Amino acid sequence: MKVFGYQLPGMSSLILWGLLWEIVGRVGVTFFIPPLSEVFQTLFAIIGTPAFVKALSETAYAFSMGVFFAIVIGIPVGILMGKSRLLDELLLPWVNIFLSAPLTALVPVLMVLFGFGMKSIIITTSLFAIWIIILNSRAGVMQINRSLVDMANSFGASSWEAFTKIYFWAALPEILGGVRIGVIRAVKGVIIGQLLISIVGFGALFELYSANFMMTHFWAVLIVLFALAFTISEFLAYLESRVAYYAAKR
Amino acid sequence: MATSQTKKTTGSRVEASVEIAVSARNISKNYGETEALKNLSLDFPRGQLTSLLGPSGCGKTTLLKIIGGLLSADSGEVEVGGQAVTGPGEDRAFVFQDFALLPWASVIRNVAFGLELRGVAKSERESIAEKYINDVGLAGFENSYPHELSGGMRQRVGLARALSVDAQVLLMDEPFSAVDEQTRRKFQEDLLSLVQNENKTFIFVTHSIEEAVYVSDQIAILLPRPSRVSEIIKPSGFRDKGPENIRRDPEYLDIVDKIWASLRSYVE
Ligand SMILES: Nc1ncnc2c1ncn2[C@@H]1O[C@H](COP(=O)(O)OP(=O)(O)O)[C@@H](O)[C@H]1O
Ligand SMILES: [Mg+2]
Repeated sequence: MKVFGYQLPGMSSLILWGLLWEIVGRVGVTFFIPPLSEVFQTLFAIIGTPAFVKALSETAYAFSMGVFFAIVIGIPVGILMGKSRLLDELLLPWVNIFLSAPLTALVPVLMVLFGFGMKSIIITTSLFAIWIIILNSRAGVMQINRSLVDMANSFGASSWEAFTKIYFWAALPEILGGVRIGVIRAVKGVIIGQLLISIVGFGALFELYSANFMMTHFWAVLIVLFALAFTISEFLAYLESRVAYYAAKR
Repeated sequence: MATSQTKKTTGSRVEASVEIAVSARNISKNYGETEALKNLSLDFPRGQLTSLLGPSGCGKTTLLKIIGGLLSADSGEVEVGGQAVTGPGEDRAFVFQDFALLPWASVIRNVAFGLELRGVAKSERESIAEKYINDVGLAGFENSYPHELSGGMRQRVGLARALSVDAQVLLMDEPFSAVDEQTRRKFQEDLLSLVQNENKTFIFVTHSIEEAVYVSDQIAILLPRPSRVSEIIKPSGFRDKGPENIRRDPEYLDIVDKIWASLRSYVE
């Protein structure tokens, strides 16, 4: 951003919005928006507390398991769809439906099927993340240079070798893009799961704070959550940029 | 001088008894309605370079892929060293028009990739790859990546990869068409000495008449609709005169003219 000819450092617009938040908070427009400085004070106060650590670890566990399953199922399924016309025609309509479906509405069904515990939360998280991972892996494989496949076959590659040494790497830029968006959706999934299925983790904190109108606490947890999601997404974007050099040269 | 001597002796041996390395018998291949190849038969003498020359769409790539075992013919069969081809095999290696290098792998891994797929241990395959990287003139670029190399250098990587598996038959699909004209000439000269020094059978697809006549021991002219071998030409007189003299040799010029005369009516 440039102001009066001065180049401001990246993300200085955040400072501007933070200031605005602080002012609105101090003026006391609504109890819903406490001053940002108070939010941060609360944040530092609660961040080490056992309740917070417990919520964080519960959420992190559900989130990472959910993302793990979305990745280990989503990438191979997407690659296989990209390789096999038959599989693609069978699965693509479903993937597209689930990608745009209001998954929240499915959560009660999952509760009936898988109970009210961690299992359902993990499955909800996976369901939020997996479809875009499948679609992107599929797209990555479909744009693969055919002669790379011919090359591997001509040297006698088995299907497994073709999968691990050619298809996966050729599709990697798209796969990482899919994982990045999937992870962001998984954050949504894990919180919705924790709110609807069983009140644990950050979901429980949100529930507790909003029910008791503890708005500084509410915002503090939300900021932590945003920061975590942002960090993970930036890390994946960094990995993506590491492989971007060959995405353009394939 | 010494090399041209050896070439002469091999040349006369070949004339005495032509040993066939690869033979294609009555090959037909359709893609849906398109008849890509119809009842095509062709022999490829061992130790020689045979060009497949013809207008684009006449089935050159299709024939090469069938010989390579990447495509199966609808009818007919291919024998390599007396064995019927049922799929890709260690006796054949490809050089691709677009190089087909792994963009995420270094030069040395690319060159060693054929050996990697054949299960050769890492240290062994890298020392073999090292040798061929040197042979094609890429020493010092082992740890570079394909996108850091020029088109000509990339095709040298592709060539080194094909050579490093030490296949008897090299299948080259328009290998020089994606490199610039000067590099291309250098490649053609290098190919001549490769044919001379390695006792391998080369099957070389090109759509350039001059290139075919320059590098080939035998030229098969393929014509479309229906696809067939219309003519086989074996330049013999100028091969030993040295790479720099070939292009002004009268026989070379005559053959180029003659081929153009038979192909010109197929150019849209
Ligand atoms: N995968 C394919 N599907 C359908 N038609 C094809 C396919 N590959 C090649 N053909 C057709 O077969 C004919 C021969 O193709 P090809 O062997 O690539 O010719 P060349 O290499 O001589 O240019 C062309 O008419 C081409 O359009
Ligand atoms: Mg072709």
